[in-house]
Amino acid sequence: MLPAGSRPGHRGPAVAVDHLSKRFGRRVAFEDISFEVGRGEVFGFLGPNGAGKTTTVRTLGTLVAPTAGAATIAGLPLRPENGVEIRRRISVMPESPGLYLRLSVIENLECFADLYELAEPADRIQRALRAVSLADRARDACGTLSKGLRQRVALARALLGDPDVLFLDEPTSGLDPAAARDVHELIDGLRRRGVTIFLTTHRLDEAERLCDRVAILNRTLRMIGRPDQLRERLFAKTLTVRTRVPLAEPDCVFGGLPAVESWRPDGTAGYVLAVSDAAVAAPAAARALVAAGADVLSIGESHHSLEDVYLKLIDKEGGR
Amino acid sequence: MTISRRRVGAVVRKELREFRRNRSLTVGMAVIPAIFCVQPLVNVLTLNSAASVPLRREHVLLYLLAIPALVPSLIAAYSVVGERQQGTLEPVLTTPIRREELLLGKALAALLPSIAVAYVVCGLFLACVELFALPGVASALVRLPDLLAQLAFTPLLAGWSIWIAILISTRASDIRAAQQFATLAGLPSVAATTLVALNVITPSLTTALVAAAVLLLLNRTGLRLASATFDRERLITGTK
Repeated sequence: MLPAGSRPGHRGPAVAVDHLSKRFGRRVAFEDISFEVGRGEVFGFLGPNGAGKTTTVRTLGTLVAPTAGAATIAGLPLRPENGVEIRRRISVMPESPGLYLRLSVIENLECFADLYELAEPADRIQRALRAVSLADRARDACGTLSKGLRQRVALARALLGDPDVLFLDEPTSGLDPAAARDVHELIDGLRRRGVTIFLTTHRLDEAERLCDRVAILNRTLRMIGRPDQLRERLFAKTLTVRTRVPLAEPDCVFGGLPAVESWRPDGTAGYVLAVSDAAVAAPAAARALVAAGADVLSIGESHHSLEDVYLKLIDKEGGR
Repeated sequence: MTISRRRVGAVVRKELREFRRNRSLTVGMAVIPAIFCVQPLVNVLTLNSAASVPLRREHVLLYLLAIPALVPSLIAAYSVVGERQQGTLEPVLTTPIRREELLLGKALAALLPSIAVAYVVCGLFLACVELFALPGVASALVRLPDLLAQLAFTPLLAGWSIWIAILISTRASDIRAAQQFATLAGLPSVAATTLVALNVITPSLTTALVAAAVLLLLNRTGLRLASATFDRERLITGTK
């Protein structure tokens, strides 16, 4: 298959969204969102149920018209007159695979190869089937496949046209861990090939593992960046210190250490130090503890997962 | 706007494959023609030769035009709302297909088997009449103008019935309701053909030409009407 984004004449970001909004009557689906997705990037779109993720994908996929704002998809402005050409350049895999269950896998793919008017459809179909390891099930009726295999067929269908941008809406929703892992490996493979992927999910482990950058949406865009950037923005960097017995005068030990901003006790013989630079603060703290005669069990940088970031953001909104 | 024959063909092939494997649809397509064929056939086969005189004043063959007026509405009413309920509409609408191409493909896919069924049933009816009816009855019933009307009006009536059913299918949110409304919408056509068959409306070349012209016009506007009511956003989100 052609590398993604290889369409001539298309430069700049794969997706650029500028103050885009969508309302259904009085109900706000999403409001005033702006972001860009670079070519070849795996971009995660996170948010709780009802946050507007699927509506955003449908809007960018030209199924739903925005009520305000602008966007550029695969180099084309999001306007009704560009709908056909945008849809030619992208693929959308909806949350539900939406396969024709009475038709075989290959019949489903043949139909979509013709809808995309692909040259050499038989070759494309075989390549797409091999990409999702389904070549041996090509003649099976889709209705006889498990949910995980149907998801793979839907992914093969989305790959048929070598899209510039691939929108995956909750691709592992309802899958068991093994099937979800298979889909993750497929997405990893696409990322290695340079396909631009717009992935909506509420599985944070999935986003953390697969995405270069993530955006957190809850009707409006709450945060956007690399997972580590989000962690840095939301959580102060901390060192966790454990000693065998409580320190007699912890203030004397931790006070005035370079790069240590403050400290607080954590349990009977534990201390959490807020630091500006862990690489400077950790050796200094170790030396100070040894000088104070403490038996040090561990000194470690505290890690926050994307889940911590997400929950902190969502909790913050819930507490408003 | 150019219509892509390949995309239309893809929809037609997909639909025909699905029809073949959908037992409830094939049974439905068999039952309606049986109802409209068996009863007049039994009547004709039990007629004696004295009945051939009044039979010459009627156009029993045109009674079979109820088949193209009703059969395609079953399939066409399913076409959009069925896909919507199965969740297969959204992936199709994310491809470059235009709504006119999708609707044309669906209409053609409903038209082809409907015409085939109508002609086959008419052929079987004629064969039974020629083989088993009394000679005087057969010659009174099988007349060239009626045969030509059967040939010409089958696709015209089927086409109109399909566009009405697709129109209903794009607006409906339930398959059964769509099929019921589409069947109801086909009843005026059935009433008209029955009145002609019973000679209540006297057929002539002029009435036939006017009726054909009207149906042609309705078929041409059918695609435009169906396209105008086909709203991607409403079909996908159920709102607006």
